[in-house]
Amino acid sequence: MSQLIWNGLFVGSFYALVALGYSMVYGIIKLLNFAHGDIYMLGAFAGFAMLTMAGALATSAGFLALLVVLLIAMLATGTAGLILERVAYRPLRSAPRLSVLITAVGASFALEYGMRLVAGPNPEVYPVRLEGTTVHLLGARVTVQQLALVVIAVLLMLGLQWLIMGTGTGRAMRAIAQDPKASLYMGINVNAVIARTFFIGSALAGAAGVMAGAYYGKIDFLMGFIIGLKAFTAAVIGGIGNIKGAMLGGLVLGMLEAFGTAWLGGEWRDVFAFSFLILFLTLRPTGLLGERVTERV
Amino acid sequence: MTESSTGRALQIDGLDVYYGRVHALRELSIHVDEGEIVALLGNNGAGKTTTLASVSGVVPARSGRIQAFGTDVTTAKPWEIVGAGVVHVPEGRRIFSRLTIHENLQLGGYLVKDEKVVDQRIEEVYERLPRLAERRTQQGGTLSGGEQQMLAVGRALVAGPRLLMLDEPSMGLAPLIVAQIMDLVQRINESGTSVLLVEQNARAALRIAHRAYVVENGEITLEGPAKELAADSRVIDAYLGA
Repeated sequence: MSQLIWNGLFVGSFYALVALGYSMVYGIIKLLNFAHGDIYMLGAFAGFAMLTMAGALATSAGFLALLVVLLIAMLATGTAGLILERVAYRPLRSAPRLSVLITAVGASFALEYGMRLVAGPNPEVYPVRLEGTTVHLLGARVTVQQLALVVIAVLLMLGLQWLIMGTGTGRAMRAIAQDPKASLYMGINVNAVIARTFFIGSALAGAAGVMAGAYYGKIDFLMGFIIGLKAFTAAVIGGIGNIKGAMLGGLVLGMLEAFGTAWLGGEWRDVFAFSFLILFLTLRPTGLLGERVTERV
Repeated sequence: MTESSTGRALQIDGLDVYYGRVHALRELSIHVDEGEIVALLGNNGAGKTTTLASVSGVVPARSGRIQAFGTDVTTAKPWEIVGAGVVHVPEGRRIFSRLTIHENLQLGGYLVKDEKVVDQRIEEVYERLPRLAERRTQQGGTLSGGEQQMLAVGRALVAGPRLLMLDEPSMGLAPLIVAQIMDLVQRINESGTSVLLVEQNARAALRIAHRAYVVENGEITLEGPAKELAADSRVIDAYLGA
């Protein structure tokens, strides 16, 4: 039981990291960024490339190396997010929403098959696994590394929460989410703040990508597709555009999957997850926090 | 910003603005001297809002020149305009209804680097408008129309404006509230801020303005001291009614 909760928490924390970027971008420019899952894939590959290059060094330095790699991968995916926004989305700022949506799907394919060209179609084995010292935590078997990654994920989310609620940039993001034109009159450089939003969201997805690579041990160029849909599901469960909702939705989805897998078997995991997407879209499209919490980004 | 020797807060010369093929402003020329309240009067669609949007850098000028405090800002970005001390209170108030009143005021000071200055200006706004102070943690959307307008003006004050541009601050408000708003604008002006006041409510605007322009179909058709315009039969017939 507590092992299931732990598994759910772990998977849920990187669903939440990816869902945050989804939700932030939706909140600020009302775009479902379907390429967001592929930014996560980019993060996994960036981490893979660095760990492979570092080779034996990384293996011996172990967890510390993974932390450094995590940070660099976040910078790399953040920059990729900036480029994506600048090249694919900004020129369409005043275009109909459907055009931007289709562009997002196109960007997703471009990233996926671009990576296939670079890295090849076969899955790669991640050079770092989260094995090592096992501790028993309330009856669950957990490695120290897993524990540390969950702590990092939580710290990232707390940091984001602080950024959005407590800083001028966060206030500007929330202002733009509500009224981009009025934000201009405040002297806010709207495009710059939107770019910053993409950077932050993409960096969080990149972090999740590295974490996922280390957790599952295998990455491939299409790994972002399913997680993109899962993150979308998490964002919808929490209430899309809502930051706390994205975090909650990610954790809820992780838990649902962990328990669904235990009860129904692993092959039902995705069916189970997406059934909840349909359920929420039908019964409570505003999500868990969609009505009570009114702050949106 | 370089201090202007002419004492002009705003100088617009021969401004032409198009929306697609629609010629919205035709060689419009107006100015606001430092310390003045200047009213820009006219009916819906005459080009008043377009004039302000063009100064704010939101709508591009096809030709003509806009100077703020002696600096050419014709092609400046909206945030550069705000940085130059020209602050726009938009039509319909456009407060951030889901943000708190305090956060709305903080956003007014977005470009002010020193947080202490922002806090101090917000305190000044609260002193001037105690209703806002009482509700600082409430969402902006919970305010009444008049209070929202007060908030919109207060928010602009936090930016530290040298020229305040107000677009239809009286819109949709009861006469008593309109009088309060105009009184607030007058007091802001008396403390040294120049004002460009766009209004359909000519009566209320002419009461506090020093000078006024009348704009029709994107062109200035009348201009002069507010007192003279208030007595001008053309203005009385067209804008002041019976």
